[in-house]
Amino acid sequence: MSAAAAGKTIPGAHLTHLTHLTAYVNARMIDPASGYDGPGELLTQGGLIVDAGEKIFADGIPEDCEIIDCDGKVLCPGLIDMKVFTGEPGAEHKETLESASLAAAAGGITTIVTMPNSDPVIDDISLVEFLKRRARFGALVNVHPMAAATQGLKGEGMSEIGLMRQAGAVAFTDGVQAVANAVLMRRLLSYASRFDALIVQHIEEPSLAAGGCMNEGEIATRLGLPGIPDAAETIMLERDLRLVELTRARYHADQLSCAASVEIIREAKRQGLPVSCGVSAAHLALNENDVGNYRTFFKLSPPLRREEDRLALVAGIADGVIDVIVSGHNPQDQESKRLPFAQAATGGIGLETLLSVALGCFLDGNIALPKLLACMTINPARLLGLPGGKLSKGQPADLVLFDPGKSWVVDGNKLRSKSKNSPFEDRHLQGVVLRTVVAGEAVFIRQED
Amino acid sequence: MSTPRTSHAIRFPHRHLLGIKDLSATDIDQLLDLADSYVELNRQVEKKQNLLRGRTQINLFFESSTRTQSSFELAGKRLGADVLNMAVATSALKKGETLIDTAMTLNALRPDLLVVRHPDSGAVELLSQKVDCAVINAGDGSNEHPTQALLDALTIRRRRGSLMGLLVAICGDILHSRVARSNIYLLNRMGARVRVVAPPTLLPAYIERLGVEVFHDMRAGLQDVDIVMMLRLQQERMHGAFVPSLREYFHFHGLDYEKLSRAKPDALIMHPGPMNRGVEIDSEVADDIDRSVIREQVEMGVAVRLAVLDLLSRNLPANAPAAGAK
Repeated sequence: MSAAAAGKTIPGAHLTHLTHLTAYVNARMIDPASGYDGPGELLTQGGLIVDAGEKIFADGIPEDCEIIDCDGKVLCPGLIDMKVFTGEPGAEHKETLESASLAAAAGGITTIVTMPNSDPVIDDISLVEFLKRRARFGALVNVHPMAAATQGLKGEGMSEIGLMRQAGAVAFTDGVQAVANAVLMRRLLSYASRFDALIVQHIEEPSLAAGGCMNEGEIATRLGLPGIPDAAETIMLERDLRLVELTRARYHADQLSCAASVEIIREAKRQGLPVSCGVSAAHLALNENDVGNYRTFFKLSPPLRREEDRLALVAGIADGVIDVIVSGHNPQDQESKRLPFAQAATGGIGLETLLSVALGCFLDGNIALPKLLACMTINPARLLGLPGGKLSKGQPADLVLFDPGKSWVVDGNKLRSKSKNSPFEDRHLQGVVLRTVVAGEAVFIRQED
Repeated sequence: MSTPRTSHAIRFPHRHLLGIKDLSATDIDQLLDLADSYVELNRQVEKKQNLLRGRTQINLFFESSTRTQSSFELAGKRLGADVLNMAVATSALKKGETLIDTAMTLNALRPDLLVVRHPDSGAVELLSQKVDCAVINAGDGSNEHPTQALLDALTIRRRRGSLMGLLVAICGDILHSRVARSNIYLLNRMGARVRVVAPPTLLPAYIERLGVEVFHDMRAGLQDVDIVMMLRLQQERMHGAFVPSLREYFHFHGLDYEKLSRAKPDALIMHPGPMNRGVEIDSEVADDIDRSVIREQVEMGVAVRLAVLDLLSRNLPANAPAAGAK
């Protein structure tokens, strides 16, 4: 079921036999599912984890076994990024599944979940199957599509949730826009619950956000740009939570951007509602000041907000209110970004920088590493019902080995994504991915500089 | 006085004029001094100068304009430049050529001065990054309209001697107004006190952080002010979207003698034009020769643009070495 790197020529991935054994020794092993963070060893056979623990090779390492010396670096489950836009189908000049997967592999991500906002929109079984097939032959990492919650993303009628769920869609969303109609949203939640399908909402009241292109506040006023108030987000979120109360269906708020939303989710969870939420790495690291003088690489949706909002989001990760960190990877070419701010496309790429940017929160001392990594491994796996995200017997051998102590500078031109619109261009980031393994095979190995 | 160029060396450390935000009080004083001397030139029979002889000035307007464009055109011609007016319909732009492409195309025509108006905030600055000539912002979205603020300042200064300590009320659609923003920056920098007077729907968030006092009631806002600056309310914003109706707007926010009576007896009335008589300003008030300086503003507009073209041309590459020696 995993779309492994079969047939690809990757340095180090010269052995592909199903019974191939690989031993990872001398690791600092982190299993976010159990909270374990300590010395560890791990054995994979073919595409699966056979054993993992502090000293599994006490009696010696099996023969014919490839040995990877982790040199004390962190070995943890491969990351699962549940919000990725590629240009496929429809805008392959911006990004293909293959180019996105190269970037993902370099970022330690072994599973990407694609958004349905493509051309055509992913709102039909055949398109879900098309994506899975394209991924199987073209992508280095696992690819799971989210499908449209409403037909054609028009917000008018439900899409074929049951059939697309069977075809492999892992969740349902209208992606860049909210399902604004309250009755439709109620029915979506209610109907999807019969298939245990997760409804994912872009929390933004469209009428309040219309025309806005950055956070409403002093900076927008100074720049003469129309703003989007916090209330556009909190109104939609509060409304949806009332509908969750009615339906008791699973609901995921795609990306929080402000402190008020963190409090709303905290209260909803306290009440026992089946809700979860995410945040993008960019929103954990940046704020509205980064827009500076109309820098369109910082035009994101939801918009970057105030510093106090950013701090509240980081705190939300630390205390577990926020479940998931995503890249929100959204490739845009120069023609879409080199425009006056109001006209420029929204979004930034983020696959290759996801782990490093998120680690920035850890290095500030706010969050324990297993907890942070859970937001990119076990938590999304549980929400989406995907295998992986933990280091235990029988799990897919999707792994990442990284050095949290090493830093690097983001060189926009060297990023593997076809589009170069990274808001982290020229920044120092902490944490370097050394090796990424999908189904037991290395899909990325850092070459020495 | 035949040549308005001041004898002492002027240091204007800017390649472009993108906004008042970037200017110091000294920059503004110099500009206004020079503009003041150009007022005389404008009143002579012989108005032609050779300063910009051989220079090419392109007026690139992505948004229609009568007074700003003609004022820049006249200023360029009076200084001897070859002036080319280009009106670019934004709809055509949307069909294909991007702003950057347009900039590159124009750059190949080798202009020395580029005067740009664009409906998007930040567009003129973006364009300035891509061309080799001096760029003058003639209004970008809701961001800035620096020459308007400068001509307003010149008008006030000639009437009052200085901007320092004056109390100025800017009234009307602050939310969408680049004129308001440029004026707020300039007046604050030059030591005036600024009030904004508008219904809450026409005020941007956190406007008070720009250093203004906020009033929703026109009578209270005009109390004891020295200057009343009215802003234009766009047609599409009058009927329900931002204010309920024309008559309600005029009733509460239109400038008439009754509301004006709160201001100082000699308060000046200004408007950047074009006026909506009976919407934001009563016709009689607008035409009051004792109070209204609206037509004078237009005259000062040419003088200010003469000064801006003059100053920026001194920093153009071929002139750069000679600039200090003059």
